[in-house]
Amino acid sequence: MQVKEFKPLIVAFCCNWCSYAGADLAGNNRADYPADVKIIRLPCSCRVNPMFILKAFQKGADGVILCGCLPGDCHYTSGNYYTRRRMAMLFSMLDFLGIERERTRVEWVSAAEGAKFAATMNDFVATVKALGENKRLEDLRCKK
Amino acid sequence: MQKVTREALIEKAASLLANGTVTSVLAWKKGEFDYDITPALFTGEEEMHAELVWNDFCGANLSKYLVAKTKKAEGKILVFLKSCDTYSFNQLLTEHRFDREKVYAVGIPCCGMADIDKVKAISGDGIASIECAEKIKVSTIYSEGAAEMDLNDVLLERCESCKSKKHVAYDELMGEEGEILDSHRFDEVERLEAMTPDERFAFWQEELSKCIRCNACRNVCPACTCEVCVFNNPASGVESKAPVNDFEEKMFHIIRAFHVAGRCTDCGECSRVCPQNIPLHLLNRKFIKDMNECYGEYQAGETVGQRAPLVDYTLDDLEAGEVFERGGDNA
Ligand code: SF4
Ligand code: SF4
Ligand code: FES
Repeated sequence: MQVKEFKPLIVAFCCNWCSYAGADLAGNNRADYPADVKIIRLPCSCRVNPMFILKAFQKGADGVILCGCLPGDCHYTSGNYYTRRRMAMLFSMLDFLGIERERTRVEWVSAAEGAKFAATMNDFVATVKALGENKRLEDLRCKK
Repeated sequence: MQKVTREALIEKAASLLANGTVTSVLAWKKGEFDYDITPALFTGEEEMHAELVWNDFCGANLSKYLVAKTKKAEGKILVFLKSCDTYSFNQLLTEHRFDREKVYAVGIPCCGMADIDKVKAISGDGIASIECAEKIKVSTIYSEGAAEMDLNDVLLERCESCKSKKHVAYDELMGEEGEILDSHRFDEVERLEAMTPDERFAFWQEELSKCIRCNACRNVCPACTCEVCVFNNPASGVESKAPVNDFEEKMFHIIRAFHVAGRCTDCGECSRVCPQNIPLHLLNRKFIKDMNECYGEYQAGETVGQRAPLVDYTLDDLEAGEVFERGGDNA
């Protein structure tokens, strides 16, 4: 019998100015990372509100990662500092509800860090893969 | 029993009405039953003698009502505030939700408020009448005579872990100034934190699955004063309706708690009004505890004009991953 390999679906929210450019660079450099990482581009990491994260899980994500400019480098000066607090609190709350903390992550990736982008995604995918499917924040109506 | 009597409240309100300081009075009156005391606006002394209630069931926090009432009122509104209510009062002022000039706040000392479920556990169901004197006397439609109990044995959870008997806002205080208490309000949060994720998940799954999305928790919350709430957005798919599955339950509760994070004064109203007895305050307290630990002690509503932790930052804040590590690992 052939067991279908579990390939986690990852949603990566990336800010336009750094992380998205970092992803672009990763592509240009032919750095490998799984195709199951779906990137959603945002003007700034602080555009993410908690509903985005939950919706991503609802629509089938097994892990959600948020990437922004390095602290101090946000193109709107302080957006990522607010993001850092908000996501720290939100993810801690998810953990409090018993949702695996490894399913969420925040990472700062600059436009010059294509290799870091790929490595981050590879690492995150491996972590989520080890966890298995997202069951605790799933919405069966959205399952295909 | 409360330290200040109902008669003293009426006398105070009547004199302020008579000398023109205020034109109406925000206080409490009886609802359907003796235990569902609800907020009410009075404009005359007779009315107050007939209907105003001040007893061990006045848990309702009146500050939120000022948002709507001050918009319509011509003159000033007198509002009676327990110590915990004054924190909400300040928080609303910080957020510019009503005009301070239109309010005359009278602080009243509070000896704690009764939890009707604890009362019923002693008296039995079918409550016919309640009398609050030295003891709380409860008669039911099934019983001969009345069950008697001490207020201290039937306190609301939020009163058992009261954070402050000190009024942080008032124009006038009846009785003596109280003190900020050394409450143990985070004990239950800590107990949950010490559990494994599986146990926590099971705990919340069970609690949140009771939710019928009556929206009472949101509607009563003095921090939830958005004129248009995200949960009323027809495009959201979750507009004022019962959750269809556990995802929607969790989503509602995570978002509700997140929206008030940093602004929640821990007044405990959400848990008091929940018809399903879901311990919602634990979600709020989890946020408060985390913010205290990560960004420094902060009590919303302590003063007017404070900057809440989530609308602030420092250059060396903890990263999301470090916040987990701080609590030890229960993974
Ligand atoms: S008051 Fe209780 S039942 Fe009603 S929406 Fe809030 S948590 Fe759900
Ligand atoms: S749940 Fe959020 S959007 Fe709705 S009233 Fe409360 S704070 Fe406002
Ligand atoms: S622009 Fe990249 S985090 Fe703000």
